[in-house]
Amino acid sequence: MQEILNVISLDFAPFILSFKLAAVTTVILFILSLPLAWYLSQSNSRTKPFLEAVTALPIVLPPSVLGFYILVVLSPNSAVGAFFEDLFGVKLVFSFTGLVVASCFYSLPFMVQPLQSGFESLNKHMLEASYLAGKSKLQTVVKVALPNIKPSLITALIITFAHTVGEFGVVLMVGGSIPGETKVASVAIYEMVEVMEYGTAHIYSAFMVLISFIVLLSVYIFNHSQRKIGVL
Amino acid sequence: MIQIEIHKKLHGAHGDMDLDVNLEIQKGEFIALMGESGSGKTTLLRVLAGLENAEGDIAVEDVLWLGNRKMLPPQQREIGFIFQDYALFENMNVEENLLFVNDDKALAQRLLQMTELRRLSHRNVKGLSGGQKQRVSLCRAMMKQPKLLLMDEPLSALDPAMRSKLQDEILKLHKTFGTTTIMVSHDADASYYLSDRILVLDHGKIIADGRPQEIFVKTSKEIYTLSR
Repeated sequence: MQEILNVISLDFAPFILSFKLAAVTTVILFILSLPLAWYLSQSNSRTKPFLEAVTALPIVLPPSVLGFYILVVLSPNSAVGAFFEDLFGVKLVFSFTGLVVASCFYSLPFMVQPLQSGFESLNKHMLEASYLAGKSKLQTVVKVALPNIKPSLITALIITFAHTVGEFGVVLMVGGSIPGETKVASVAIYEMVEVMEYGTAHIYSAFMVLISFIVLLSVYIFNHSQRKIGVL
Repeated sequence: MIQIEIHKKLHGAHGDMDLDVNLEIQKGEFIALMGESGSGKTTLLRVLAGLENAEGDIAVEDVLWLGNRKMLPPQQREIGFIFQDYALFENMNVEENLLFVNDDKALAQRLLQMTELRRLSHRNVKGLSGGQKQRVSLCRAMMKQPKLLLMDEPLSALDPAMRSKLQDEILKLHKTFGTTTIMVSHDADASYYLSDRILVLDHGKIIADGRPQEIFVKTSKEIYTLSR
């Protein structure tokens, strides 16, 4: 009984913050990645490998490296940080806005790569048929390309969301741990372990495992069902 | 009338070659474009459609599609194009494929009626047979009532019975809508049956141009001479 009461009285603000961060990041990244993924899928230019390598960097870099550079670039002492603070009054480090910017870099490949490979798998003639039907590139992407890569689209959105919920190093460096502002679930767990509050850490962690598993399972079930009805 | 004078360097399977085509096409003509694979037939079709660039001029009824260092994009060319692999929009049903090109329900139903596809209007295109898909593709190409209908081996993926049925439908639509049509084909029978003029392309150059009877008599004479 006591355990149940413990769970109910837990502070879920870090989880809400994690999901809010993930949702905002996913929406922004989708809008930004769509033209990039489309360009990469259709291009044969010499800049393509360069852009692909830059896009994939966050996968291989230690989060601390990424966090360090983002911190340097966004801090009020830098030109970018000063610009945003002077013009919009927005602080980019140790704030939720800063976390969103950092997450967009960190999760970029998880949005771009599935979309790009989805677009690359499309029949080129189908896209050309759309151009011949008088449709612009934008109309073709929205009405022909995206509806025909649904599994890749769902994968991109959900993995980006899940990956952002799961980030730790970058958010810790760029955001610190301000309750309700930058203290996301992963950081909260880290702090509990530090002060040896293992009970709460357990509950938070188990909750993370459960949610992550459900998210991944739903992606795989969806992709499996699409394959079954012959979409893939 | 369509006037074509184009040059393009091609890097094909048999090494580099120049596509050099100088051609005049009358309104309403049905042309069969023949030649070995790698002779530049598909490229010529794609240049006409604006899917590939080339040097030179293409003028269609006094509108410059290509020339003066400009290339009119495929969106503005009023072209119907039929791909060998159908290239239907797989996220749409049969009728939606047609309406995506031109939102004219009456025309869509008329075309589907003419090709006996009306009862399949609301079927998803993924479940159709090859012949049905190619008929949908034919109807879709006619939705803009195009000035120029281009077909890249429309019959080659079909079995003989389906082929002759589609052949009749192609001819019916060509005549009903008064379209100018160019069909790339390997199939001598179909070319003879459908076209009023045959062009033979070899290594990027037109080596024969005439009425089907003339071309086939000439070709068979050559074969006869060669075999002696």
